[in-house]
Amino acid sequence: MSDIRNTDPRGEDYEPVPAAHGIDVEGGVGAGVEIPSLPTEERSYSQGQLVRRRFFRHKGAIISMILLGVVILVAFTSLGIGPIPGWWDKDPARQYEKIGTGAPTWTHPFGQDSIGKDYFALVMLGTQKSIIIALGVGLISTIIGTLIGAIAGYFRGWVESLLMRLTDLLIVIPLLVLAAVLGKIASQWGIWGLTLMLGIVTWTGLARLVRGEVLSLRERDFVVAATAVGTGSGRIISKHILPNAVGTIIVSATLTISAAILLETSLSFLGFGVQAPDTSLGLLISQYQTAFTTRPWLFWWPGLMILVIALGVNFIGDGLRDAFDPRQQRTKA
Amino acid sequence: MTTLDITSSSTARSAGDAVLSFEDLAVTFGTEFGDVHAVKGISLDVRPGEVVALVGESGSGKSVTSMTALGLLPGNARVSGVVRVGDKVVGELDGQGLRRMRGYDVAMVFQEPMTALNPVLTIGDQLTEALQLHGVAYGKQATGRAAELLRMVGIPEPERRLRQYPHELSGGQRQRVVIAMAISCDPKVIIADEPTTALDVTVQADILDLLRSLKDKLDTGILLITHNMGVVADMADRVAVMLKGDIVETGTAEQVLTTPRHEYTKRLLAAVPHLGAGPGQFGDVQPAQVTEAPVPALELGNLVIEYHRLGKPPFRAVDDVSFTVGKGEIVGLVGESGSGKSTIGKCALGLIPAASGSVKILDQDYGVLGRKQLKELRKRIGVVFQDPAASLNPRFPVGEAIAEPLVVHDIGTATSRRDRVYELLESVELPRSYYNRYPHELSGGQRQRVSIARALALEPELLVADEPTSALDVSVQATVLELFTALQERYRFACLFVSHDLAVIDLLAHKVVVLQDGRVVEQGLREEVLRNPREEYTKRLLAAAPVPDPAEQRRRRDDRHALLTELGEEIVELHVESEGPAKRAVPGSQGENASRFGGFFGG
Repeated sequence: MSDIRNTDPRGEDYEPVPAAHGIDVEGGVGAGVEIPSLPTEERSYSQGQLVRRRFFRHKGAIISMILLGVVILVAFTSLGIGPIPGWWDKDPARQYEKIGTGAPTWTHPFGQDSIGKDYFALVMLGTQKSIIIALGVGLISTIIGTLIGAIAGYFRGWVESLLMRLTDLLIVIPLLVLAAVLGKIASQWGIWGLTLMLGIVTWTGLARLVRGEVLSLRERDFVVAATAVGTGSGRIISKHILPNAVGTIIVSATLTISAAILLETSLSFLGFGVQAPDTSLGLLISQYQTAFTTRPWLFWWPGLMILVIALGVNFIGDGLRDAFDPRQQRTKA
Repeated sequence: MTTLDITSSSTARSAGDAVLSFEDLAVTFGTEFGDVHAVKGISLDVRPGEVVALVGESGSGKSVTSMTALGLLPGNARVSGVVRVGDKVVGELDGQGLRRMRGYDVAMVFQEPMTALNPVLTIGDQLTEALQLHGVAYGKQATGRAAELLRMVGIPEPERRLRQYPHELSGGQRQRVVIAMAISCDPKVIIADEPTTALDVTVQADILDLLRSLKDKLDTGILLITHNMGVVADMADRVAVMLKGDIVETGTAEQVLTTPRHEYTKRLLAAVPHLGAGPGQFGDVQPAQVTEAPVPALELGNLVIEYHRLGKPPFRAVDDVSFTVGKGEIVGLVGESGSGKSTIGKCALGLIPAASGSVKILDQDYGVLGRKQLKELRKRIGVVFQDPAASLNPRFPVGEAIAEPLVVHDIGTATSRRDRVYELLESVELPRSYYNRYPHELSGGQRQRVSIARALALEPELLVADEPTSALDVSVQATVLELFTALQERYRFACLFVSHDLAVIDLLAHKVVVLQDGRVVEQGLREEVLRNPREEYTKRLLAAAPVPDPAEQRRRRDDRHALLTELGEEIVELHVESEGPAKRAVPGSQGENASRFGGFFGG
């Protein structure tokens, strides 16, 4: 290492880490001239670490994540899942003796409904179901959308025409109508059927986004280089293209989740979604809509839950978007 | 202007007669990783009719310096020190004052004329905009002036050009339009930020001729920002060398380029490949001797490549090209942009099909191969692209990127691959600890080493290198080229080396193929083509390449002008009519001008 070559990790044409950050002011200079390294250059981050770092600086997203975490935790631990019992001693199906008008009390913190059921238990059950549906829809639509978008974008030609016209076809039918028809059919298989159906109708936006992303990525030099080495299409898509589109996919998936919550709520409210004896937040609101003036808590508690979940997921999506695309934000001086 | 300076003696004393002066200029950017000091207290003057070159490699802060003169830095920048344009202090101007100054007192010529011009506006619209904004001319008068400006910068049929859009012009013409826009309000100083970097070498020479005549005839000061020492030698009166935000050396062009004092300047100059100096410029490495083998590594026979266009006849990018690359031989493919050199490279990689003719790689034809055989063949070919940032998957750590070809072809076990990657990292002179680093953590030169290591992972018999050093700084280019020749000697691969830089080709190629518009103009051994070119086009290319020595460059420039005259062509210069149309049209008569001088007397 006596010559002036580039063997020193800090030497010669070193550039600092935040290269993706608009102005690239330091580094890239000088054949072996001694340059005192800045303290910031000591740390090095992988792409994922950089994203995490930026995400954790987004206050709205962090608060939302904590709030959402609390909601999910309470919803699932209070009633328990399946055979595992929860810490809440009341059963959503049982009728209890009514205390006064059924307004919130210490025994029934969310109040009671018209026939004396514990409303906290009911709302938690509804929240559980709504979250399961939302996450399930998010997962299914992301998988379908990513696959269709990636295949259409990478292979082009007739494959692309076929897949994208199919997407267009789904897009031109109003989502609520399509979901209502399919949801009505599927709701006989319970919430899982509904989740599947909603997943099948909500992937279109993501498919278009992913296709656009893949179209630009497939022309990049590193994909061309991989092709020239003899890499197969499957490996190129899964190893080289999709990991680079992951930002778009994650952000879109998050937003799909919040859209799914609202869609499920609307469908249940209209009577096409979750059917009794299953329950969900939308169904609760629908069931007690007439009680809005007399027993407002029957409307407000599920409404608040929907608001917290939908807003929280949206904020997290925003935080992720900023984290994945640092060009959108300008750090203060 | 100096006669007016009596009103404000302090201005006169500190700024002298400079049209642009930086005094203790420091710029700091606030980033999410803390403050970055881009410029650390530099002082520099530009006087009328003088070209001051600000030289440095990427990241040295030269562009940031120039942007302060226009007040165009992004919001996270903090500027201290004084920047004067003429008699105005940039930091004291408000938004309106800045706008009035931009274009009128100081103008900018950008690197990439295609992006500096608005693609949806006509040339005429864009030229008259500045004139009307600054109240120099309006309506028909402005259009007339715009046509005159185009004529000045040597664009034929200016009236017709005014109605055209930027995409209808060639790169050189676009840059002329940008220059015409810059001089439209007769600014005191023009900042030219890498004005010729995006241009072909012959066009570059023309644009430099134009800029030179501009300062002579209009007495404009020019701050020339460049990394190209040849351009400096050709243009500059004075040179300031920047390193990491500091000016490390200033002096006349002669001084700095022939007897550099600072260590960095010396290194920088030593790293510039000299056209005509031949191989072995960096270290003692000599290109390997060619071993004559019966089967050439690459054989192109009457190759034609066409791009299909919707609703139009196909575009013939490569037309009837034949040449061979022998085993262990480096063939330099030279040409200007649009000559089809990269297309040939892609075709040799099997990424573009040939319309007719044959491409034989190691005696196998792409056209007749099945999928399996194609994969087998690709194992024997490596590739290095121009932009190392784009050709490495940002999600792959360096080690995985290098191992990728081994994984794809299912060679060895995980441990043997790892050992091979360590070996390759060592051969491209990167430490083993880089195995787990990501491309964005590496500098340009280091990334290109990684691409080279990846290309060599399968020990290919043929390497296609598409402008592998043209995105790199000159000192980095030198080390990469040195490495490249050393590796070629060791691995003995045949190489198709695509480049626009004759000096680089001169440094390492055994044979040279000169392309123009998809056709081979001239081919042969390096010594023959580059020393005694037979074809006019080759002569032109060679004459246009600038060398980093002012005296020699002056001689070369005269030679080139002689050659052009001999060929019956015009030497590009600014066409200024006798009564000086470039002078400010109506000084003082417009409200804006009045306030300009009023403000001056007041302050």
